[in-house]
Amino acid sequence: MSVFVNQHSKVIFQGFTGEHATFHARDAIRIGTQVVGGVTPGKGGTTHLGLPVFDTVAEAVAATGADVSAVFVPPPFNADALMEAIDAGIKVAVTIADGIPVHDMVRLQRYRIGRDTVIIGPNTPGVITPGECKVGIMPSHIYRKGNIGIVSRSGTLNYEATEQLTALGLGVSTSVGIGGDPVNGTDFVTVLRAFAADPETEVVVMIGEIGGPQEVAAARWAKENIDKPLICFVAGVAAPPGRRMGHAGAIVSNEADTAAAKMDAIEKLGHDVARNPAHIGATVLNAMRERGIAIQ
Amino acid sequence: MNIHEYQAKELLQSFGVPVPAGGVAFNPTQARQTAEELGGSRWVVKAQIHAGGRGKAGGVKVVDSLDEVKKAAEFLIGRRLVTHQTGPEGSVVHRVWVEQASQIQKEFYLGLVIDRGTQRITVIASSEGGMDIEEVARVTPDQIVREVIDPAIGLRDFQCRKVATAIGLKGKLMPQTVKLMKAIYRCMRDKDALQAEINPLAVVGSGDEARLMVLDAKFVFDDNALYRQKTITEMRDLAEEDPKEVEATGHGLNYIALDGDIGCIVNGAGLAMATLDAISLHGGQPANFLDVGGGASPEKVTHACRIVLEDPNVKCILVNIFAGINRCDWIAKGLIQACNDLSIQVPLVVRLAGTNVEEGRKLLAESGLSFVTAENLDDAADRAAAIVKG
Repeated sequence: MSVFVNQHSKVIFQGFTGEHATFHARDAIRIGTQVVGGVTPGKGGTTHLGLPVFDTVAEAVAATGADVSAVFVPPPFNADALMEAIDAGIKVAVTIADGIPVHDMVRLQRYRIGRDTVIIGPNTPGVITPGECKVGIMPSHIYRKGNIGIVSRSGTLNYEATEQLTALGLGVSTSVGIGGDPVNGTDFVTVLRAFAADPETEVVVMIGEIGGPQEVAAARWAKENIDKPLICFVAGVAAPPGRRMGHAGAIVSNEADTAAAKMDAIEKLGHDVARNPAHIGATVLNAMRERGIAIQ
Repeated sequence: MNIHEYQAKELLQSFGVPVPAGGVAFNPTQARQTAEELGGSRWVVKAQIHAGGRGKAGGVKVVDSLDEVKKAAEFLIGRRLVTHQTGPEGSVVHRVWVEQASQIQKEFYLGLVIDRGTQRITVIASSEGGMDIEEVARVTPDQIVREVIDPAIGLRDFQCRKVATAIGLKGKLMPQTVKLMKAIYRCMRDKDALQAEINPLAVVGSGDEARLMVLDAKFVFDDNALYRQKTITEMRDLAEEDPKEVEATGHGLNYIALDGDIGCIVNGAGLAMATLDAISLHGGQPANFLDVGGGASPEKVTHACRIVLEDPNVKCILVNIFAGINRCDWIAKGLIQACNDLSIQVPLVVRLAGTNVEEGRKLLAESGLSFVTAENLDDAADRAAAIVKG
């Protein structure tokens, strides 16, 4: 098991023939992902990386049975590409782009109502189930298979935590980046709910940052709904208030938005908190030892 | 992106929202002329800077003669105004807005924001105008009215009537409120604004003459949508922004100046924030936040080094790259190029990980340059802090 994607997922790439899509499609195939084709409007009927290229997602789904899409489409056209994926019945669409206009995401979230596609992102490294399926841009070689579920807003901080886990001999069931934008397709709670239901995930790591109430809300939800340990880190203790720290959503607008306030609140709820970003791995290992969870 | 009050008022007027008659002036003579053309016997001269809190900082003058208009403009233009939003260094006034003074009966607050919780545009209104909405929310949270807008349907008349009733805009003022709210919503939606704040929204004039008027307006626009917002982009006032941050943005970098002495070059906003945190935990002080973003070319890395080094306080640079969509070899090439082109005098602590890490490390090792290589985040922060401490 795992969440969102696994060895049975049939993956297409939207914007398949672009440079980044090509690079990461190759890497995805290398680790065993079932990449079944791609979509680049105007290039239908050709092949790329030995796989069929289609003009529309609907055609790709009809011909290949794809149920997952990696959306590598530039920001101005990205929301449209996501609606196309939803319309074609894709189950999980992962959108990498950083810079999608917020109003486009507001409209997209409205369009999604009543349709059951999970949208991961935007502004995310994507989702990876090590050894089974990679849908995104993460460096797959740093991930080992295991029993820890990771969910983060930041991509590179997700890699950072993963490297620490791997160095300690720990492994990951699935890693999900929800993205750094203020309006995103999937929130922390949705991912935590999926981890709660996944028998292979025994521990959950949540990595947040300054801005917005979502980390504390998710920690509160976890306290009431999950009996698996949750280990948290929130980036930006050293960030000045009122400044947008890179991510569109990362801004301290009030006292509850600060990293320290969030970590205090999460700790108060009874979860383990790593106060130092370099100690995320060690905090997880401790929590697992204390609870007698197998190191795999 | 922010705009000035006068630009916000002109924008709102183009959507049919009532604003006081006024004009912008870049010098005192022009200010006097503008007041004369507007007519009347009382005017307001308002300093135009992006930061809020201008009134309390002495940036708004109410005057009763044309000579006083000129004097107020003389006082304000060129002055460094310090408000609670500018920071201690303040912001220099380059222009003033002159408008006819309004006979204010009552003031309200009206804001439209993209709410992260509902992921929709949400109206926030209060009968307590003129105050910071954060202050109202803290002191009298029950005074605040919210109405969520369905993006497929738009803001409906009945929703506006609910808001108007709740904050006490009744009788003839109710249809005016409906019209005004819908116009502001259209403006926000069509121009890709993230926030439109009308504070105060005022009832001016008395009896049958009572009508609504926007006395101050603040907009924040989505930088990611500027490619399709030509008129908004043209309103950008670079004088209001930090020149180094503007330059960094031009190179696709995200730079924020801080007070310390350890320069930072990191990829990804989350890791960049965590790097600042790690430096602080090791007793160091970061000089800046800098995210090189995804797909960083060697040229981009060189620009990053140059921008960080323009800060004379920088005694050491910490480069922390965990490459996903980036490639460590490109980063290494950029660092080597920067060292050669910029003759960097301060130590460079480099931590590379992720995509093409072996190629990157090899390039650095074979360059003949003296990089301090770090194994991981903790090691990198520790080495940088130790170098600065001497």
